[in-house]
Amino acid sequence: MTPTLLASAAQAPEVHAATGLAGSAWILVALPAFGALVLLVGGKRTNAWGHLLGILTVVGAFAYGLALFFNTTGLAEGDRVREASLFSWIHVNQLNVDFGLRIDPLSMTFVLLITGVGALIHIYSVGYMADDDGRRRFFGYLNLFVAAMLILVLGNSFVTLYLGWEGVGLASYLLIGWYQNRPSAATAAKKAFLMNRVGDVGLAVAIFLLFKNLGTTQYAEVFARVGELSPGTVTAITILLLLGACGKSGQFPLQAWLPDAMEGPTPVSALIHAATMVTAGVYLIARSNPLYNLTADGRLVVVIIGAITLLIGCIIGCAYDDIKKVLAYSTVSQIGYMVLAVGLGPVGYALGIMHLVAHGFFKAGLFLGAGSVMHAMNDEVDMRKFGGLAKLMPVTFITFLIGYLALIGIPPFSGFFTKDAIIEAAFGQEGWRGWVFGGAAILGAGLTAFYMTRLVLMTFFGEQRWKKLKSEDGRDFHPHESGSVMTVPMIILAIGSFGAGWYFSAGDRFVDWLAPSVGARVEVEHTVIPHNLIPYITIALAVIGVLLAWLFVGRKAVPVVKPARVSPIVKAARRDLYGNALNEALIARPGTWLARALVFFDNKGVDGLVNGIAASFGGSSGRLRRLQTGFVRSYALSMLASGILVVAALLMVRFS
Amino acid sequence: MNTTPVAATSGGGSGLLLALLLLPLLGGIVVAFLKDDRMAKVTALTVSLVELILVIPAWITYVPTGSRLQLALSVNWIPSFGVHFSLGIDGIALTMIALIGVLTPIVIGGSWADKLPEGRGAAGFYSLLLIMQTGMVGVFAATDVFLFYVFFEAVLVPMYFLVGRFGGPRRQYAAMKFFLYSLLGGLVMLASVIGLYVVSADYNGGVGTLDWTTLARVMHEAPTGTQIWLFLGFFVAFAIKAPLVPLHTWLPDATAEAPIGTGVLLVGVLDKIGTFGFLRYCLPLFPAASKDLAPLVLVLSVAGILYGALLAAGQNDMKRLMAYISIAHFGFIGLGIFAFSTQSIAGSALYMVNHGLATGMLFLVVGMVVSRGESRLISDYGGLSKLTPLLAGLFLFAGLSALSLPGTNSFVSEFLVLVGSYPNEPVYAILGAIGMILAALYVLWAYQRVFQGPVRGNALVGLTGGPGAAPDPATVPVKDLNGRERLVLAPLVALILFLGFYPAPVLNVLQPTVDATLSSVGLADPVGGK
Repeated sequence: MTPTLLASAAQAPEVHAATGLAGSAWILVALPAFGALVLLVGGKRTNAWGHLLGILTVVGAFAYGLALFFNTTGLAEGDRVREASLFSWIHVNQLNVDFGLRIDPLSMTFVLLITGVGALIHIYSVGYMADDDGRRRFFGYLNLFVAAMLILVLGNSFVTLYLGWEGVGLASYLLIGWYQNRPSAATAAKKAFLMNRVGDVGLAVAIFLLFKNLGTTQYAEVFARVGELSPGTVTAITILLLLGACGKSGQFPLQAWLPDAMEGPTPVSALIHAATMVTAGVYLIARSNPLYNLTADGRLVVVIIGAITLLIGCIIGCAYDDIKKVLAYSTVSQIGYMVLAVGLGPVGYALGIMHLVAHGFFKAGLFLGAGSVMHAMNDEVDMRKFGGLAKLMPVTFITFLIGYLALIGIPPFSGFFTKDAIIEAAFGQEGWRGWVFGGAAILGAGLTAFYMTRLVLMTFFGEQRWKKLKSEDGRDFHPHESGSVMTVPMIILAIGSFGAGWYFSAGDRFVDWLAPSVGARVEVEHTVIPHNLIPYITIALAVIGVLLAWLFVGRKAVPVVKPARVSPIVKAARRDLYGNALNEALIARPGTWLARALVFFDNKGVDGLVNGIAASFGGSSGRLRRLQTGFVRSYALSMLASGILVVAALLMVRFS
Repeated sequence: MNTTPVAATSGGGSGLLLALLLLPLLGGIVVAFLKDDRMAKVTALTVSLVELILVIPAWITYVPTGSRLQLALSVNWIPSFGVHFSLGIDGIALTMIALIGVLTPIVIGGSWADKLPEGRGAAGFYSLLLIMQTGMVGVFAATDVFLFYVFFEAVLVPMYFLVGRFGGPRRQYAAMKFFLYSLLGGLVMLASVIGLYVVSADYNGGVGTLDWTTLARVMHEAPTGTQIWLFLGFFVAFAIKAPLVPLHTWLPDATAEAPIGTGVLLVGVLDKIGTFGFLRYCLPLFPAASKDLAPLVLVLSVAGILYGALLAAGQNDMKRLMAYISIAHFGFIGLGIFAFSTQSIAGSALYMVNHGLATGMLFLVVGMVVSRGESRLISDYGGLSKLTPLLAGLFLFAGLSALSLPGTNSFVSEFLVLVGSYPNEPVYAILGAIGMILAALYVLWAYQRVFQGPVRGNALVGLTGGPGAAPDPATVPVKDLNGRERLVLAPLVALILFLGFYPAPVLNVLQPTVDATLSSVGLADPVGGK
């Protein structure tokens, strides 16, 4: 299969100069950036109307994005990759980083997802953050995020991508730490930024390698000249890019920050930590497809990481009682599917992105639903304290249910179409790979059904356990349906969760649309288990998952305090499969000790040595202190010393 | 010896450089005699603003693609040793002089409300600041090696008094340490300067010279052994100034005890004399030695990046934290210079400006925290963002620049250093990139401890009436930034963002000088070079 891959890699898409609507695509970025600037610099003066401006800029960007989308679909397939160069950003001789935008099907897909879901979540936040004094600043940060994310997906070089990449990292940091007087939120924010930086170093070194070997970091030039790279270099670059993707997308081994990121307000979790930012790693790999096409080893590593992560996410998701953390691990797991898909190469790039978009709808909807529940339950997140909310919050329940069915892949909801395609492609790998990766993916589908059913049962069904409880601040619970500013976005997302998958996959619509960016899809020719059986097995496993969850959770009363005596697997899952403990033991604690030891060493060792030498010159440290009152003496000493040095230097120079 | 004073000019405007040099000195003398504190401040600020305005014609007159040293001026000074009073600037010197011009009024504004130690008048403080400005301009503008040496040493004196008379509790210890270190470096350099004069005669038709242009033309003929000895003399002085590990221990003490404004100039400008020295003197005058000794400097630089960052993370004193951040950043500058590519060297030269802006701003913000809580210790604070959100936001902003977030000025320089170093020195570039993680750690951890979490810490709780008393944010008498403080920080915010997205104005000035510096070592770019 290698020759065909090489052939397809050789034809990097032809890049056209953007004109007209695409030529002024900078407006897309400028709108939310302007909003962020006004809201953050304007301060309290903008409190009254700040959130409206925030919404307006994103809705405006969405409208522009739609226009641009139809403008793109109006072009012939070969003309759909366009670039608008804005200005030369960093230019020193051979290095010339052009700040420009690439408008192509891949970036347009993301633009619509980011601004569309972004606009809905902005609107939802008006209600969700209504009681927060800092709501205006919140919208400023959200706008900043949208602007950075648009730069990430629209940038036309690896360095502009990096700008957006770290920019969304900043927005994520600010928003995770939104309740910054809560120590856990501050710690989670810092952790997210640091773990992301670990990945960013990988991305940075990949950029260094590209510059060294090709003398450029622009997509157009890099992709046209990938053939000049040695196979080892290509593999190294792809693995370094993957490291970056792991950081941003919460993939193994850098997954631990994402669940902690749920410290942020729920709209943030929905937009940044579910629908958009965390999928940037998938974007990066799909965008770099000409590089990945050249290295089977690099792709294999990607697939392995995806498979490991999707299972880790599912397993841990089964054990948590915190509704947002379950959804967060579900996100980890679902992104694992996407990474696995794009790691399959031309078979999977478009499938990964298709699942990404569908996931953007249903996961954002699920998070908004969870936020609606929390809003009604005094910000409680422990599902053991929920129960029987379906009747009290009908809109939340129904929209959540649609998202749930989409996520666990029940036809005709969207997840079925998009996830099943990935599972099929995974089984399409040759030999043991087909079995292992296909097996992991299909097993994950069953586990997903289990933990999501558990979540739905604990939250919406059964006894109303909250009736006998009080929230932490001593209030009674009075659950109620949220206002329409919150439910309307949920309804719209639910519609998307219902229809998107079918719409995308009918007639390979989505795959064909992406072809100019990621290459024409290569059909799965042969799967290790019969092709047409796979959907049935997947659905069967999902149904088994649902039934098991019902057996464990739905059938009997849920204890309000979580049982302490559980199996070792559950114990391990509750502790994030020891991912945090490992980070702590291997990096955080030794690092802290090292820093402390070095401070001691620097003060006592290096500086002590220096002071010691100085003291021995002066006779004693007391004498050293007196030096400052006896300038004449010190100058005399210095002049003597200098005389000796000069003579010595002259001699050395002469004799060498 | 030519006895007639010659005023060699190129491109005109030679008087401009002289004016830039002398104006602060004259201003400083005037300020010294003012009795009224307010009058002294106003006069000092006015002088510094006029100086800033004078930078504008210098920037416009300078032709980046023109001759190497512009706005030149030369007068015979000590004819028997061929020493001239020669001034001139290249692109790097110009940007540094512009940085001084920008930072000095900001520093004066930032120090406006400082409480000086008992019995010390404002006149003395501001007079010394201005005099030091002359010294700093002189170091960058001198084109005669001896004159450079004179300014190099002369800067010590006002700095010594600024720290020793106006600093914190351990100011005298810190000032003495700073002075002895610098003096030691200066003396070693003096030995090399004299050696250079003696040796240059062999390659300059029997006439010893200290004229930089002549030396740069002939010194590459000197044997490597000779070059190495002379290089080392300069190197030690420069490595103390822009402290490379292990010659750095004076800096944390000096910055911790220095008044905030002085500290800004110390790490923002004064320390750059060292890295400027590498670029102007070590590389062009001793090319063979520079190449031979590059591995040594690279090791020290990368050690500085990692060691400085880890120490920064471990600090409990905010001002010492600034010092260690700077040590890490000087490591990046050193790495870029000795990795020998135009990208990395341009990155280093730009880093010198950017570090001055970013760390300068962070330093000023720290000063604003300290002036509110009257403690430098991180552990004395907590949850300050609840009381002073704007101050918190600006601390974070400056910190993000210090950790080189893309979109801020520092990213451009750090990226150039690393991407430019990678082709020649992949291992060091990767180690430097790991420094980026540590940078995030020390900035965000400090931010978390001072600004996030519940309101706590002796400095804040103390203000509410006794330790242990639960502070009510509404009653803690800590105010957010006032108008003066906002005005002081606003230009830095603007410059940090502007240069983050559009560094071209500065890069265009730097690049021809950088190209010339690299070719003076006899090397070409590893990527795209001829």
